Amino acid sequence: MEELQQILDQALAQFSKISDEDHLEQAKARYLGRDGSLTAMLKGLGKLSAEERPKAGARINQVKQAIEAALQERRDALGQAKMAARLAAESLDVTLPGRGMGSGGLHPITRTLKRIEQLFHSLGFATTEGPEIEHDFYNFTALNIPEHHPARAMHDTFYIDPNHVLRTHTSPVQVHYMQENKPPLKIISAGRVYRVDSDATHSPMFHQVEGLWVDEEVSFANLKGVVQDFLQRFFEQDDLEVRFRPSFFPFTEPSAEMDMSWRGGWLEIGGCGMVHPNVLKHVDIDSEKYLGFAFGLGVERLAMLRYGVNDLRQFYESDLRFLKQFN
Amino acid sequence: MKFSENWLRTWVNPDLTSEELSHLLTMAGLEVEAMERVAPAFSGVVVAEVLSVEKHPDADRLNVCRVNVGEAEPLAIVCGAPNVKAGIRVPCARIGAVLPNDFRIRQAKVRGIESFGMLCSSKELGLPEESDGLLILPGDAPVGEDLRRYLDFDDHLYTLKLTPNRSDCSGIAGIAREVAALTGCGIHPISVADTPAALSDRMEVRIDDKAACPLYCGRLVKGINANAKTPAWMQRRLERSGVRSISAVVDITNYVMMEFGQPMHAFDADKLSGGITVRRATNGESLRLLNDQSVTLDEQVLVIADQKRALALAGIMGGQDSSVGDDTKNVFLEAAYFNPDAIAGRARRFGLATDSSFRFERGVDFAATRKCLERATQLIIEICGGQACEATEISGTMPVREPITLRASRVCRVLGITLETDRIASILERLKLGFKPDGDLFIVTPPSFRHDLEIEADLIEEVARLHGYENIPAISPHARLTMLPDSETVRSISGIKQKLVERDYQEIVSLSFSDLDTERTLSGNADPVHLQNPIASNLSVMRSSLLGGLLAALRFNLNRRQARVRLFEAGACFSRSDNGYAQNERVSGIAYGSRMQEQWGAKPVPVDFYDVKADVEALLFPSVPEFLPAPHPAFHPGRSAEIFCGGRSIGWMGELHPNWQQDMPQACILFELDADALMKADVPHLEEVAKSLPVRRDLAVLVDEHVQAKDLADAMREAKAPYVQEITLFDVYRGTGVAQGKKSLAFRVLLQDTQKTLNEGEIEQSIALLVDALNNKGAQLRM
Repeated sequence: MEELQQILDQALAQFSKISDEDHLEQAKARYLGRDGSLTAMLKGLGKLSAEERPKAGARINQVKQAIEAALQERRDALGQAKMAARLAAESLDVTLPGRGMGSGGLHPITRTLKRIEQLFHSLGFATTEGPEIEHDFYNFTALNIPEHHPARAMHDTFYIDPNHVLRTHTSPVQVHYMQENKPPLKIISAGRVYRVDSDATHSPMFHQVEGLWVDEEVSFANLKGVVQDFLQRFFEQDDLEVRFRPSFFPFTEPSAEMDMSWRGGWLEIGGCGMVHPNVLKHVDIDSEKYLGFAFGLGVERLAMLRYGVNDLRQFYESDLRFLKQFN
Repeated sequence: MKFSENWLRTWVNPDLTSEELSHLLTMAGLEVEAMERVAPAFSGVVVAEVLSVEKHPDADRLNVCRVNVGEAEPLAIVCGAPNVKAGIRVPCARIGAVLPNDFRIRQAKVRGIESFGMLCSSKELGLPEESDGLLILPGDAPVGEDLRRYLDFDDHLYTLKLTPNRSDCSGIAGIAREVAALTGCGIHPISVADTPAALSDRMEVRIDDKAACPLYCGRLVKGINANAKTPAWMQRRLERSGVRSISAVVDITNYVMMEFGQPMHAFDADKLSGGITVRRATNGESLRLLNDQSVTLDEQVLVIADQKRALALAGIMGGQDSSVGDDTKNVFLEAAYFNPDAIAGRARRFGLATDSSFRFERGVDFAATRKCLERATQLIIEICGGQACEATEISGTMPVREPITLRASRVCRVLGITLETDRIASILERLKLGFKPDGDLFIVTPPSFRHDLEIEADLIEEVARLHGYENIPAISPHARLTMLPDSETVRSISGIKQKLVERDYQEIVSLSFSDLDTERTLSGNADPVHLQNPIASNLSVMRSSLLGGLLAALRFNLNRRQARVRLFEAGACFSRSDNGYAQNERVSGIAYGSRMQEQWGAKPVPVDFYDVKADVEALLFPSVPEFLPAPHPAFHPGRSAEIFCGGRSIGWMGELHPNWQQDMPQACILFELDADALMKADVPHLEEVAKSLPVRRDLAVLVDEHVQAKDLADAMREAKAPYVQEITLFDVYRGTGVAQGKKSLAFRVLLQDTQKTLNEGEIEQSIALLVDALNNKGAQLRM
């Protein structure tokens, strides 16, 4: 029986020194293999008496289990060490930049328009569009600006032919929309407009947003409410002051210009007013039953104030160093 | 419209500071664009007379002057100005004076000589510089008088941005009337008496077009001194109204215009032949204007003529030949009322914009015409002497002011506030709008000086203006709530832009203008849409493609050392069409430089056709576009494709033609797509999901180099082999094992039946059909 103890001690000692799985399996064979020492002892059981045999057998089995347990333990340890080594070898520099495509970005005017549209959508304004080459009738006549009206001179119009102009404002969209839809109406329309003018503060092409609300009971007080609400939301400034001054547009009466408080002064931000009865008449809307208000906002102006742009021309230069700042 | 505050205050003098007055006007719709002081603050400067000038004993450039400042003893003042001389009158800053920039005048020794003050130049007083040296005052300037009082320097210049409807405020009298209405302050009008005729001569006047000229008043004044000097006060008021002093007679006509808003004209009566006729010009009639411009006229233009010829463009500008000069003895003064319709647009036709046309186009007070003639007569006789003849006053068809019904209830409904009828009545009164109250109604007759009041809405604006826009609250509207329509079959431009952003494109906005050459050669547009009045020759046509703008933007950025540029734009493109002009929204992009931004994990590969093709496919997904080789003027002929979707051409893509590439070190790839095609979407409709697994078979074939992959794929699809779900090209190979001039194309074929698992026989049958189709196209199956 001492021999058994010796085998066990020897096996345990040997296993603990082995550091790779193949050697461990070879060592296993020395004890438990066909020619292994423990196997030989089990074979030797037959030589024992019937009385001795169970006891000796039990004893051998005990040792066999102990060896197998040791073997398993060592296997696990080696497996874990191997995994640990592999993981260590496979570790990455996670601080390296990610691979693949980058992202582009939207133009600041688009970004501004998106914001304007979202805000007005939340009040139920639908969006609509109109042509940029516009018939004289829509750009002027239908908006109560007959030929030779001094307001035409104020518009510095680009002419395509005697009857077609590049629209000087987004207001003609009002007329198109009212021709095709019956009140109540609530729309905004954004887009490019054109004036013969080019310097640091004027571009021959710029963007406007036009708003129109026609219903049975909308008033000048509501117009003030909607525009003020918009400007306060747009600039995320609840106490932003908005001022309405009498002005003149042939297609609104009463008319107003909107100013907002800015760095201690006032800044003009657009024009507005109650839709002129003549405009409603042109599109067969009964101006006794329906009232409407309309407003036009300068998109570049809003973007410049919001994002701190000082030179209007930067919007159209396509300079990536400028554009990428809005991504 | 510019004017002097002090002049206005002689008419109406409310208890308001200049800033308050400016705010009042702005908030009443007469926007004060600018308000500037006539002169900066300074004090202690008086009118002085230089009595004598002696050289400074110790300084070459200095003089010692004896100066009379209106006191018993003259002052000794050292002066370095080159233009100082005995006898002139100049401003003198006395000891204790404070000049602009807090420059204080003290008694001081200048090179050893005591100086008791300083003689001043314009610059030293902070005035616009006219010349070097001292500011020379008129010889009759009162010695000793405070300079500010003498030159009326405590005054402000107002610049009004007059809207076209408010021509009634194009004279001091009108602005005063408005201020009186706004403040309730009394008004002090100039009293104008009719000048009795000293001579019985009378100019004959005939109006041929009585609608265009409803009223013409004229008078001869004989024996005037045309060289009389315009009084300083009048010169000053004109100058502060932005009007240059020319001669006494011209100044007087301009003065009356600035005072009452009534343009006037003075003819040299001796240069006229016979009486005056107001008539339409004859076609081809010519006239040399006061500004020396010669114009050729037609029937659209109203002229003032004598028996021989046109003398003046009515209401716009006088003629050179009948103009008043230094030797004029007798003048004929004209004050007329021209119908705005007869004047509007005419000045512009000749490239003119005059003070006169500005007023007549917008409307002048037709009840003040005669008064203005009398005012001018009075001033001429006062200043230039002479004797007045009988006035002529001929009427045509005078304008009629129709009464307007104003409903108090409508005022409240439009403005969204409650206003008492009393309040409305008091506003109408203050505006001098004649009215008859009738319960809730007011029957209002607008005055002759208001041309902008025609309908009820106009009066509502007047009520709102006087009530104060600031006093109308901002009220959130109440409205019926309905949802906005939202179509699932339309993709928004905004969503398409977002896709491009995610694929690393940066959006640009470029001008919609292009130059003719780019249009013709890059966009292949032989007949572009021209602007009649472009701002520059390189911006003279409307773009028919976005590619030119993208290319220009690429170059702009390459010049700023950007190595990789990926841009897109969405916008309208313009072309001619059968019924006018076509305006199509397009979405276009450009890619230049390496495929991906420089990074550690990817080799810098230049972007190529297929990279951008993937972008285009992604934009159109799930639609599957077809790319067919086709030439485009902008593109490399072998690397250019027209893009089709559902059989319709929807755009182009290609590599920039080497001719356009010029100095660019690498090629760039462009695409242009119709926005319509991108915006189309289908509402998904579910088809049965197959229960069995798909079977994959790969078919690799050898073909000649020129064979297009699409031809083979199409041939296989047309074979209509059963169970084939998908045919995709997955490899293109040239090299070892493939002969020169050949290439190997490998297709993945997926076969599937929705109901059952396919057996080998069924699969082989289908594949055999595909192989036949390939063989028919000259493709050999690789083993």
